[in-house]
Amino acid sequence: MFTEEKKNSQISQDSDNVYKPVDEIETSNFIKEIYKRNLPTEIVGTNTKNFIGNKLQCAKVLDLSRLSGIVEYLPEELYIKVKACTPISLIEESLEKNNQQLAFEPIDFGYLKDSKSNKGTAAGQLSCNFSGSRRFKVGSIRDHILGFRGVNGKGNIIKSGGTVVKNVTGYDLSKLVTGSFGTLTALTEITFKVLPKKDFISTLVIYLEDNKIISDLFDQLLSSSNEISGTVYMPIEPNNKNYTKNIEKIFKFNNLKSEEPFIAIRIEGSKKSIDERIQDISQELQTNKMKTSILDFYQSKLFWEKINNLELFSGTKNNLLRAVIPPATSLDLMKYLKNNFKYYIDWCGSLFWIEVLEEENIQIKEMKETIINLGGYLTIIKKSESLSSDIDLFTINDTRLLLSQKIKESFDPKKLLNPGKMYRGL
Amino acid sequence: MSNIALPKIDQSIIERKKIIFSKLKKLTAPENFLSHEAEIKPYETDALAAYKQTPLGVILPESTEEVSNILKFCYQENIKVVPRGAGTGLSGGALPLQDAILISLTKFNKILEIDFANKCVVAQPGVTNLSITHAVQHKGFYYAPDPSSQLACSIGGNVAENSGGVHSLKYGTTTNNIFGVEIVLMDGTICRLGGKALDQEGYDMLGLICGSEGLLGVITEVTVKILKKPQTVKAALIGFPTHEDGGNCVSEIIANGIVPAGMEIMDKALIEATDNFSKAGYPRDVELLLIVELDGTVSEVDELINKVSEISKKNNSSTIKISKNEKERLSFWIGRKAAFPACGAMAPDYYCMDGSIPRGKLAEALKEINKLSKKYNLSVANCFHAGDGNLHPLIMFDGSKKDELRKTEEFGSEILKMCVKFGGVLTGEHGVGIEKRELMCEMFNDNDIQQQLSIKKSLDNKNLLNPGKVYPILRKCAEEGRVHVHRGEEKFPDIPRF
Repeated sequence: MFTEEKKNSQISQDSDNVYKPVDEIETSNFIKEIYKRNLPTEIVGTNTKNFIGNKLQCAKVLDLSRLSGIVEYLPEELYIKVKACTPISLIEESLEKNNQQLAFEPIDFGYLKDSKSNKGTAAGQLSCNFSGSRRFKVGSIRDHILGFRGVNGKGNIIKSGGTVVKNVTGYDLSKLVTGSFGTLTALTEITFKVLPKKDFISTLVIYLEDNKIISDLFDQLLSSSNEISGTVYMPIEPNNKNYTKNIEKIFKFNNLKSEEPFIAIRIEGSKKSIDERIQDISQELQTNKMKTSILDFYQSKLFWEKINNLELFSGTKNNLLRAVIPPATSLDLMKYLKNNFKYYIDWCGSLFWIEVLEEENIQIKEMKETIINLGGYLTIIKKSESLSSDIDLFTINDTRLLLSQKIKESFDPKKLLNPGKMYRGL
Repeated sequence: MSNIALPKIDQSIIERKKIIFSKLKKLTAPENFLSHEAEIKPYETDALAAYKQTPLGVILPESTEEVSNILKFCYQENIKVVPRGAGTGLSGGALPLQDAILISLTKFNKILEIDFANKCVVAQPGVTNLSITHAVQHKGFYYAPDPSSQLACSIGGNVAENSGGVHSLKYGTTTNNIFGVEIVLMDGTICRLGGKALDQEGYDMLGLICGSEGLLGVITEVTVKILKKPQTVKAALIGFPTHEDGGNCVSEIIANGIVPAGMEIMDKALIEATDNFSKAGYPRDVELLLIVELDGTVSEVDELINKVSEISKKNNSSTIKISKNEKERLSFWIGRKAAFPACGAMAPDYYCMDGSIPRGKLAEALKEINKLSKKYNLSVANCFHAGDGNLHPLIMFDGSKKDELRKTEEFGSEILKMCVKFGGVLTGEHGVGIEKRELMCEMFNDNDIQQQLSIKKSLDNKNLLNPGKVYPILRKCAEEGRVHVHRGEEKFPDIPRF
């Protein structure tokens, strides 16, 4: 048990320890009270991602799920302002009416948790900062937050940013709170930048399994001016009964031979432009000697949805790891993983989703070391029951930990908000 | 020089300056420390030339270790430090203090690595913005953020100010285009934030440092993302009979799902000024001129520029020209890029403002600015990065006339307050510095400012790094000055500002 967990569990739990504020003022008053009484508090929304990070046992639970609803949506200004726990589904529904989207593609962790779709809330997405396949083209969630309102660890209501894209007024706290797992503020309102949706999608599929050629293709695709908006590589699943083989079942499309390893390349835009770009990309990659196929609009839409919702790992009891590395090191990581793990690569070589069997604690430690040496980091997204407690779920070095402690103290001096959720002692 | 409150001078530092100088000289090559009046004169101001201060001394370190040792020494001795890049900043962020050591990063001028495989360049902070593009353009790559001073401004300064440019609507500002930095904290701690991977886990300290105006650390290395050049770029030059028609057109372009690479607006005063100055051949019978630039793949650009043309006609455009080739596209920009010098030719002095507003408020903002122009009896010419709502009104005045500078400053303050009232912000890309410092409470309340100051305190507990910038000293909304250009004597007058 971590130090924080011990400390927290010693605090007597009130019979009614869950507080559900209806607005920002109530949230602020509650945090002022826990500040006064030194009560560590877990912040929750709709619990779609609460399996990520260290498990907390806090004196209080601050449930922000009632802070929900669209505050302002101005399509021509390309922003939507929402209360913190507004469901992503509601936001996407509203944007869809104006043919707009959250371009960072909020990941649907619902399948991983309950085997059904649930993208959770705006604040949940912001707090985790896990972006979808379009990330290498449009940036991550942090690049799409224009501003926020929240309550810091002292109970003070704070805000930063605004609704305009060009803004250098004061420190950019929106970046800081994105990916902070609720350890800096209880979010109450978020303004997202939104972008137009493209009319059509098409997917060029190339079947191949030579790691060197794959990493070369990643490099060529990253260097292409054809505005590619997604590139994944799906290798063959390992021949091990402890991994569920489900690529063929999940990616069952008329024009996809999912029994073979493949790279899928997404192109979005007008019909004419897509056709021209596919031709151009085919020439750039010299695919004439390779086996290829094309997924049309409907197949493409479904294919990328299935990538986005991590359906490949749906219901797994194993560990699920997320590794981000410099793109040019993808070959090294592929060589390391061999066919021993179930994984696929997103972000054109930069993001690996890796499933590791329950008992393989040593392999996780070794893998983490390898990834850090490649200049990347590893996050354990889903923990198996036998994951060793001495394995940190997140990656951090001493200098960054020191800085993080200073930042945490400036927002939450008594370390009451989600204590230890990411790092021990923070 | 305009008056502005600066942090209280620590006389004990000035009294000990001989000892301090001799110790600092041991922390770098002796010739890298400057203290004679003639040597330090060039450092007494940045591009906000209305404000001048003589620093205690200037030090030009050559390595991260030297920067760390200098900061550690200053921290121990309670000596204030002001970091400076190329000195092209427009908000006085690098204004020296009389009891502070100015640390200039100009000797950090090397590109350390060009990594095409990871699509990034590792550069020292003194490398100019444009030279990064020059280093990679032979392979068809470029660095996207393009502040108007890109010929002279340094990449370290860009990070400190989170610089934008004409193309930030589509490509973002500096914060969206860097992978990592190395910084040295005031106590000498060297930190690497980010690297070559797309994202970093944990608190986004890279995002915090970007735009922190030299208050949190001294940047000693930057890793920037490079992009492949678009296949084609085209521009449309569109004239409108009214501000409302032009403003509506901008909104409708965006509402139609088009995100141009750049979208610029000039009002009648600026059209005439720039056309007289640069002979750009702009239409004179329009109230508003819009330049829309689109880039991408050939068929996409062709299709979108036709859509832009249709939307413009629907919004009563009186002239539309679409660039047929690169030469013609560049000719559309000639006048716009000469906006600042053109205003310099029209009046003895001008102030350049910088605020952001929602795009939909463009016409209303122009109306309001013109009203204020009448109220203060001062001419104004307006250019806007309309795509992202960033406006740069240029107020013309004669500083030799009694009270005119004060009137101009009041006029400028009212414009910035209007930006906030319209749902915008005080500064879109020039930074707060000392210039807009006292207006911060127009946008932020005590809690907001206290939170930001807590962050500052956590990383610089003695408040020694660039004190007196960004946050109000007096904690009141005094009215302060803007970019003051007297008889063309702007710092770096040869750099086009737009």
